[in-house]
Amino acid sequence: MSEPTQYLLQMEGISKAFPGVQALDDVSFFLKKGEIHCLVGENGAGKSTLIKVLTGVDQPDRGKILLDGKEVHPKSPIDAQLLGISTVFQEINLCINLTVAENILLGHEPHIAGRIDWKKMNALATDTLKRLLGVEIDVTKTLDSYTVAIQQMVAIARALYVSSAKILILDEPTSSLDIHETEQLFKVMTKLKNEGVGIIFITHFIGQIFQISDRITVLRNGKLVGTFETSDITRVGLISKMIGRSLAEFDEMSKIKKESSKHIKSEKLLQANDLGLTGAMRPFNLDLHAGEVVGFAGLLGSGRTETASILFGVEKPDSGSITFDGELVLDYSPLGSIKRGIALCPEDRKGAGIVDDLTVRENIVLAMQANKGWFKYLSLPEQYEIADKYIKLLNIATPSPDQLVKNLSGGNQQKVILARWLATQPQLLILDEPTRGIDVGTKAEIQKLVLVLAEEGKACVFISSELDEVLRTSHRIIVLREREKIAEFPGDVDETTIIHAIAGSES
Amino acid sequence: MKKTEKARFSWKKITESRLFFPIIALFLILLFDFIFIPGFFNIEARDGNLRGSLIDIARNGSTVMLLAIGMTLVIATGGIDLSVGAVMAIAASVAGILMNPSALKNEVFFVTDPMYTFQPLWLVIGAALIVAILCGLWNGFLVAYLRIQPMVATLILMIAGRGIAQLITNGLRVQITYRPYAFIGQGWFIVPFSLYIVAFVFAATWLLTRKTAIGMFIESVGINFRSSFFSGIDQKKIKMLVYVVCGFCAGIAGLIASSNIKTSDSNNIGLTTELDAILAVVIGGTAMAGGRFSLLASLIGALVMQAITQSMYAIGVPAFALQAIKSVVVILVILLYSKQVRGFIGMIGTRKEETGL
Repeated sequence: MSEPTQYLLQMEGISKAFPGVQALDDVSFFLKKGEIHCLVGENGAGKSTLIKVLTGVDQPDRGKILLDGKEVHPKSPIDAQLLGISTVFQEINLCINLTVAENILLGHEPHIAGRIDWKKMNALATDTLKRLLGVEIDVTKTLDSYTVAIQQMVAIARALYVSSAKILILDEPTSSLDIHETEQLFKVMTKLKNEGVGIIFITHFIGQIFQISDRITVLRNGKLVGTFETSDITRVGLISKMIGRSLAEFDEMSKIKKESSKHIKSEKLLQANDLGLTGAMRPFNLDLHAGEVVGFAGLLGSGRTETASILFGVEKPDSGSITFDGELVLDYSPLGSIKRGIALCPEDRKGAGIVDDLTVRENIVLAMQANKGWFKYLSLPEQYEIADKYIKLLNIATPSPDQLVKNLSGGNQQKVILARWLATQPQLLILDEPTRGIDVGTKAEIQKLVLVLAEEGKACVFISSELDEVLRTSHRIIVLREREKIAEFPGDVDETTIIHAIAGSES
Repeated sequence: MKKTEKARFSWKKITESRLFFPIIALFLILLFDFIFIPGFFNIEARDGNLRGSLIDIARNGSTVMLLAIGMTLVIATGGIDLSVGAVMAIAASVAGILMNPSALKNEVFFVTDPMYTFQPLWLVIGAALIVAILCGLWNGFLVAYLRIQPMVATLILMIAGRGIAQLITNGLRVQITYRPYAFIGQGWFIVPFSLYIVAFVFAATWLLTRKTAIGMFIESVGINFRSSFFSGIDQKKIKMLVYVVCGFCAGIAGLIASSNIKTSDSNNIGLTTELDAILAVVIGGTAMAGGRFSLLASLIGALVMQAITQSMYAIGVPAFALQAIKSVVVILVILLYSKQVRGFIGMIGTRKEETGL
């Protein structure tokens, strides 16, 4: 930072808020010429928002962007392209029914006497691919006759040709590639890097980060954790930075946790045997006891959410069985689970949680009413009574129970969903990322609430990307990796042990 | 300052009410009638019954009102039912053939005795409505269980339905001479009898949706079916129910329509009424994507549709040009609903208050 001119791109103090969420909070990001810079963080960390700000999709609330030392304000993706910032997304947005050459030169076709000069066009495309990426293919074939990796390269070639990009953003380009194809892509990335292009590389694969990147910037909850030289950081170090481990409030919580652990019942409330679903989660065994909080730790895509979905009956398992409260579960459906006394706060709050055009009151009584059926209608006074009770209990900030839920902040929406499930009086409460995108105060409230509920005799499953949160609330911790249950630890385990288990490295 | 805020609040409350725009639309059309058609608002008592253009709008609008009630629920779940017109024809054919089975013998004989019927009235009505409910079950089955897109699923019955209706009547138009049946569409009891039917169906549907959890579930499914699924709502049953209610309403509408023209005309009964019903619901402010609904607003929407038709006839627009004129009026009404126009009307209120300061 001492020599600002050494940077190709400087993003300083970028902040961006969406209704209810501070997506980026004073984040700075610096990209050198000719480097591969990895941008990492769990879901909701702010990676995509940062990219959207850079490519002009969103405008930042605060902060400035300097390109080659000059301040720029990209207003749209086209604007950004003209500045030399190009993006290749995970889903390739090319036309697979057109030829490679057409795809690369779409909208920039060379003309001869008012018609497209096909010869020149194909030559240009071949040349671009060879010169820029070192790839030699037949550009007159349609795009769908090539592998995803080649399609990815064509997308990169297009990005580079159209704008002679100085900065290339690759948003999870490797998620659909196999090892060989990834190598091919990496070769191209290295070539571009040596030619002076600054590459921002977003990926969830830790191994690839260490294989290809020069520097790493870690984001968490919209805040900058730090930028590191790849050679200076270990796998374990990186993961612990991604999932966080602040020790604030730990003392008070651990006291409550110790107190509540006395109430754990010995008999099993839920027992899963060899439960699994092909493609979602490998068969696992799991016991849950009343009064216990069990935390699921693992990275994104490790099978946390899938496990929750199977336990709640959203997805039918294709192997194994669940015994709940001594009875074998036969009917796998949300309604069946509600009737048994299981509740799930889903990870996807907007898509599977709130019903945004209904009022707070209706959202709170929804699951309870579904359990009662069509005709045992809760009268309006009863509905208001229930709604008022939970609005008070959970401190939901709403002007009235008749406010539409879509007008509430993210944290309060989450509380409304919690209220919906508490109203069903569940024996087992599964919370999938209940604190994502929520301010710190509300987070602590929800964490405490989980322990209070456990003390009242409910079993809780607590799923979170943030390890410190899982450690703080759980009496027992299950570690998942790559859709497999890896290990089980008591709640007083130290976090390095868990981080090692998540990273998959011993000692 | 405080006073202004209060005033703005109440104006906002009025403009945001679901009934505001349908009523404005109806008011504008009636205003047009008041200016251009002398005597449009005259209502006279004849033999103790009320008659006049306004009563005619209500009476002729009763079929669209009935269809709009069922259609509102279907659209609220995010669906659509294109088959209501065909279901009307089927119900009318069933009723017709049960009163006058002559068509089955491939002959048309004119019944001279106005009290003659092949089957008793309760059976005629009951059978027609059961068939209509079966049609609703079929639509619901396709949409909810086979997950066919509602527009495609109901298109099947829309096209096949008229064929079925013709099969029932052996391809002939069935004359209905049975007088008690004629009372359904033509009877008067101070106001037309069909309006009592509409009122009854409206009240029953209102009770079914607003005094049970069904209304909330319909809206919830229409707004976000995934969230509803996670909350334990059985959306298949909800969808099944709304298509059945819609079919049932269409069945009643078919009885009224055939009673009106004393014929089971399977080619023409209910033709293009599905579009009127859908427009009535749209005018009533229920979003085509599903979500919150208001049955009363849809009823007013149906009256708007009928008032347009009636006014056009009254000022002498020929029947063949009616659809074109109607579409223009509908565009104007729908314009009232666009965000821009709404924002503008909301602004009128605030601006007035600001200048008042």
